[in-house]
Amino acid sequence: MTAVDADPTPVEVPGDHQDEPTPVVLLDQVCRVFPTEPPVEALRSIELRVDSSEYVAIIGPSGSGKSTLLNVLGLLDRPTSGRYLLDGIDTAELGDAARAAERGRRIGFVFQSFHLLSYRTVEENVGLSELYLGTNRKDRRRRATEALDRVGLSHRLGFEPIRLSGGERQRVAIARALLGEPSLLLCDEPTGNLDTANTESVLDLFDELREQGLTILVITHDSEVAERAQRRVRMVDGRLTEVV
Amino acid sequence: MASIVHRSGRARLGRAGRRTARDSRAAARDAAVAARPRFRFADLVDETLAGVFARPARAALTTLGTVLGIASLVATLGISRTAGSQIVGRFDELAATQVTVAARTTGSGSSQRAAALLPWDVESRIDRLNGVVASGAVAEVNNPGTVRTVPLRDPENVTERLVPVYASSVGLLEAVRGEISVGRWFDSGHVERRDRVAVIGADVAAQFGIDRLDAQPGIFIGDELFTVIGILDAAARDEGLVSSIVVPYTSAQDRLEVTRPERVVIETDIGAAQLIAEQAPIALAPNGAEALKVTAPRDPTRTKNAVQDDVNQLFLLLGLISLVVGAIGIANVTLVTVMERTGEIGLRRALGASRRHIAMQFLSESMAMGLVGGIIGATVGIITIVSVAGSRQWTPVLDLWLPLAAPVAGALVGLVAGLYPSIRAARMEPVDALRAGT
Repeated sequence: MTAVDADPTPVEVPGDHQDEPTPVVLLDQVCRVFPTEPPVEALRSIELRVDSSEYVAIIGPSGSGKSTLLNVLGLLDRPTSGRYLLDGIDTAELGDAARAAERGRRIGFVFQSFHLLSYRTVEENVGLSELYLGTNRKDRRRRATEALDRVGLSHRLGFEPIRLSGGERQRVAIARALLGEPSLLLCDEPTGNLDTANTESVLDLFDELREQGLTILVITHDSEVAERAQRRVRMVDGRLTEVV
Repeated sequence: MASIVHRSGRARLGRAGRRTARDSRAAARDAAVAARPRFRFADLVDETLAGVFARPARAALTTLGTVLGIASLVATLGISRTAGSQIVGRFDELAATQVTVAARTTGSGSSQRAAALLPWDVESRIDRLNGVVASGAVAEVNNPGTVRTVPLRDPENVTERLVPVYASSVGLLEAVRGEISVGRWFDSGHVERRDRVAVIGADVAAQFGIDRLDAQPGIFIGDELFTVIGILDAAARDEGLVSSIVVPYTSAQDRLEVTRPERVVIETDIGAAQLIAEQAPIALAPNGAEALKVTAPRDPTRTKNAVQDDVNQLFLLLGLISLVVGAIGIANVTLVTVMERTGEIGLRRALGASRRHIAMQFLSESMAMGLVGGIIGATVGIITIVSVAGSRQWTPVLDLWLPLAAPVAGALVGLVAGLYPSIRAARMEPVDALRAGT
């Protein structure tokens, strides 16, 4: 379990100058091949740069490799080849435990199915996000309260998730993702389980967060969701193309 | 064609003021090198309790096996200890402090029953041994003839009876824990002067109607007249003396053909009996100690252990079996829990938990269940011990380490039981775990 946890060192970004900001995400010729029989090329030579405060939607049919891309971006999966720099850190150099640490520190996940723990209160669910960062309980509670305030749910602190509506649940999940000041908010079909009204409220929230400077990357089928992003890229058969 | 490098960061820098620090490489490096995430102990406890109490009924049923195992182990050890102490307690009062040294009897048919080895002056030889409370030598008089009283006041009461007669040294009274109700026991003066005095047992006194000694009643043993100077009311170590007549050994040598003592009775301090049993024969007969037969109590610890071993083994085995069953129960339920919480495991990994954090959480959950099982089991076990002891009117005896060790044993059971499920949980790939559990 103690893989080589070398200190992640920011590396020289190709074509980058000293005074230019480090991109949040930089994929360079990233491939992901699943060693099945026959092998599946889920990602083919992906090049992607996402800068700070961008709101990007990744669209595409199912099986196109969207989820694989999200897993690679979220440090949940390793590319077979190519480079992935997160905040300028070459993720290939990170061992298993270091990847977990960077994941906790730099990435906030929002899932289609919310992934809230039914046996914990709303506040505890949000606080879980900083559990593995080693912050103390008091700070964690304070920040969880703040984050819930940010998504407009400060009146639901002690509720159990089962008593919340779908939209509220997703906002709790977003509050959880916001905790710990992530560099990147990764959302996998965030409105897939929501009705129109709730979808609208979640998308409004994304707009607000982007206004506040958060970098957001959303995977979606929903054209309405994609429309709200300032930039759209399309995945087809493991290849990425910009939608103008 | 798939090369998309979109640059728009700079334009937004102003708005994203909070984020500008992140944009510098130095800051990125600092942040990366900053404190490696650790899982605080208090948080681990919180997560464990939350995890266990999320399904209280299941947790309760799961700990039941451990409760039964620990309870039966504690009860078995405690009850056997209690029973063992009880048996030893009975021994203690008299037997554990008594050593008897007897001359081996010579061949059958010999009129001389004892080999002529034991001396009469046992007090001077034995009493100086460390651990001896009192000692006395005694021999039964062979064929003393009938015993009768002097027909002084009540001719109707003249009777003749066969009564056992013993010759003894001065120390016998104390050595057998005798009690004189009327009169006195003979002393060294009587012995040295070879006085013809006798102490009669209470039964004998009743038979002959002797209850007062101020008139110095006489008693004939065979044809020899002895003056009764005391009535022996009780003799804890030798009840037979209460139905007998005891005379000083010197006058017995003179008048009743007694030569040597048959046995020496020694009262020791508690715990000294084993030692005295080794030393007394040498003190009594330095040249023929091996010809003496020593009777000493069994080593009390050995008695206790023997009793405990008998009781223990079966129940200890049963206790261990239930403990193993309990462990299997915990392992089983923890494994089911791991499978059910696959999604949670994926989520925790996404939130930054390492494999070790995941393993720690499930291990501590199974350990907590074992610990609680151990505590409840110890309690049930102790209640059982007290109830059993109470119903038998025994004094409950419990080793102090037992109630402390039981919860530790329970926690260990939980730890061992949780190993496999925890490893399974830790090995899950976050991507698979997130996909499997929604």
